[in-house]
Amino acid sequence: MSDQFREDVRAWLAENCPPEMREPVRDESDMCWGGRNARFKNEAQKAWLDRMAARGWTVPDWPAEYGGGGLSPAETKILKQEMARIGARNPLMSFGISMLGPALLKYGSEAQKLHYLPQIARGEIRWCQGYSEPNAGSDLASLQTKCEDKGDHWLVNGQKVWTSYADKADWIFCLVRTDPAAPKHQGISFLLFDMASPGVSTRPILLISGSSPFCETFFDDVKVPKDQVVGAVNKGWDVAKYLLGHEREMISGMGLGGQAESLGAAFADALAGDPVLRADVARFDVDAIAFRAMSERFIDELKAGRAHPAQPSMMKYAGTELNKARHELVMAAAGSNALEWESERSNKGKAAREWLRTKANSIEGGTSEVQLGIIAKRILELPGA
Amino acid sequence: MPLYLDDDQTMLRDSARSFMTGEGAIAKQLRHWRDSGCSDGFGHALWKQFAEMGFTGILIDEADGGLGLGHVEAGIVLEEIGRNLTPSPFLVSAVAFVAALKGTKLRERWYPGILAGETVAALAVDEGPKHRPEAIAMRAERSGNGFSLSGSKQFVVQGASADVTLVAAATDEGLTLFAVEKGARGLEVEGVRLADSSIGARLTFAAVEVDADAVVGEVGGGAAVLARALNAGRTGAAAELVGVGSAAMDMTVDYLKQRKQFGRLIGEFQALQFRSAHLYSELEIARAATLKAQQLLDEGNAEAEAMVAVAKAKAGRASQLAVQEGVQMHGGIGMTDEYDIGLYMKRDRVLNELFGDPAYQADRLARMKGY
Repeated sequence: MSDQFREDVRAWLAENCPPEMREPVRDESDMCWGGRNARFKNEAQKAWLDRMAARGWTVPDWPAEYGGGGLSPAETKILKQEMARIGARNPLMSFGISMLGPALLKYGSEAQKLHYLPQIARGEIRWCQGYSEPNAGSDLASLQTKCEDKGDHWLVNGQKVWTSYADKADWIFCLVRTDPAAPKHQGISFLLFDMASPGVSTRPILLISGSSPFCETFFDDVKVPKDQVVGAVNKGWDVAKYLLGHEREMISGMGLGGQAESLGAAFADALAGDPVLRADVARFDVDAIAFRAMSERFIDELKAGRAHPAQPSMMKYAGTELNKARHELVMAAAGSNALEWESERSNKGKAAREWLRTKANSIEGGTSEVQLGIIAKRILELPGA
Repeated sequence: MPLYLDDDQTMLRDSARSFMTGEGAIAKQLRHWRDSGCSDGFGHALWKQFAEMGFTGILIDEADGGLGLGHVEAGIVLEEIGRNLTPSPFLVSAVAFVAALKGTKLRERWYPGILAGETVAALAVDEGPKHRPEAIAMRAERSGNGFSLSGSKQFVVQGASADVTLVAAATDEGLTLFAVEKGARGLEVEGVRLADSSIGARLTFAAVEVDADAVVGEVGGGAAVLARALNAGRTGAAAELVGVGSAAMDMTVDYLKQRKQFGRLIGEFQALQFRSAHLYSELEIARAATLKAQQLLDEGNAEAEAMVAVAKAKAGRASQLAVQEGVQMHGGIGMTDEYDIGLYMKRDRVLNELFGDPAYQADRLARMKGY
């Protein structure tokens, strides 16, 4: 049965995955984020998205009525394996798929699911996440963005920060304070709205890597329809925490996606004359391959409903620290070649810029220290604080 | 195959766990044999009980009277052994030795005794203080219709109690493994108590004569036999290390929830919480890597050898962290013989050295990956 499924998947991919979409991802422009203003790099990228979306395979394990493929966990794994086998690219990068979708599936009303999920699956709406605020980082629940009930609509005022790709997103899923008098975790709601609404503005933040993946986002008397709260009013923290679990999963996998099996193999010549660095890299390869097994186990356990609910914190912590270690070693192995910031030779400082970008991995989505605290309290059940 | 235990494996774990925490407990076995100065370092009665539980037949094919299970199942038993520091010949006799003899004629001679929990086997590879199986100096010269062995070995676990010892030696045809029986003429055995109270041995071979039928597999075919023994032994040692580290962590986390200083439980201090959480993360990764190595070995997958090196290195380092943090977080009482945490530190050290330490495994991985 599963052998037949594998054969069918293989045959379909062979026919439908364009050769260009089997090349390794070189840079941001090779990734397809979809959205109202989607800019496709080439015809192949668009065709690949359309064909996968038509089968529901951008979200293979979502139910078919919401635009998914309706596949079982075992079938989903086979599809992923077959895509990996031919080096097929992810057809759609999407916070809608990796973060909002799972939260809607769990907490959304039927009408919300039927409206938003198929759009996400087809890549029609690009989403951004409005969580952090200037005074609410690790202490996220102290957020202050005000959301008032004006009878026939909500009125939103406040500021978000570190909003990934807010300047390119169509809609935002946003944490807002609907009850300023309640204890901090109990006055928060989870709100969806259009970034084109009057009163929304964004300003990109220039990072040490020279790029601006994050924005400051401002809300000035933004009117939002009443039916765009997910879950109950003032119960948004439950949705937020659930979604954060998925965000952490996604970030924990960043150290693995498209990475070579062995870091040392990629730098064999440089390491040949440098036994101490070679030893560091060999130890890193041990850690990286072991973590790859951990990721596989985590996904298997998640799909079987066996994972500890706080295990994403452990994956996020370990995965991001590993990814930072990888890029430190890449810089060391590449030496002064990797220091060139603008030359064509260095592909405009690609290695250095990526190295700097990884430093955010252990900050965004909850710092390493926040994750360690969660592991200590929720998994090890250590007392206090 | 998903990377978690299935229902049958979970049942095996439960029965191994209840057996080791009962019959195999530290007070009943490790401390008992240590404090009575036992020259074997383990109890033969317990080894018989291992057989009655079916553990000794896990890796032996059903056609040979065993259970025909795999490295995953052997690892389940070893993790529980590690948790309870249960001294037994299981790792070397029922895992490494059994794997070495797979498919050879000699299994008919030795498997029945292992299945019955009567035979103890040893593996003689190391010749210096570090594990260097690629550079074996010991020689086996053709003599009569057999061979004459000369040289020395050390860190031969249970070598002083062994009925049979697999000896790696160089011949003109290449590396060859010999099954040398107890009491062979010219073989000098010096039992040595190790830091963890297990008994290792230094062996000296002065022209020890063995028959041709003592050759495991083919003359010159020792590399494959040794690879089977070491893959099984390293994966098994990784599983035992995961058990050692996990028990050390559990014991330490429990202690953090009981010990009060400055008027509060020390587990409330963030400095200790973060270190505990990091340790948890390392042990989870080590467990996943070990299970992956076991599954790949059972599948006969070509990637298995690299994963075995990863598992032994990762489990070794994670367990090492667990026992070091364990003693430190226990404070003064962690240094006392009365508390068990120090026993875990000693066992960890021995298991880390056995069949190659994390540095050896990382180097081996690097070579396999071409750098």
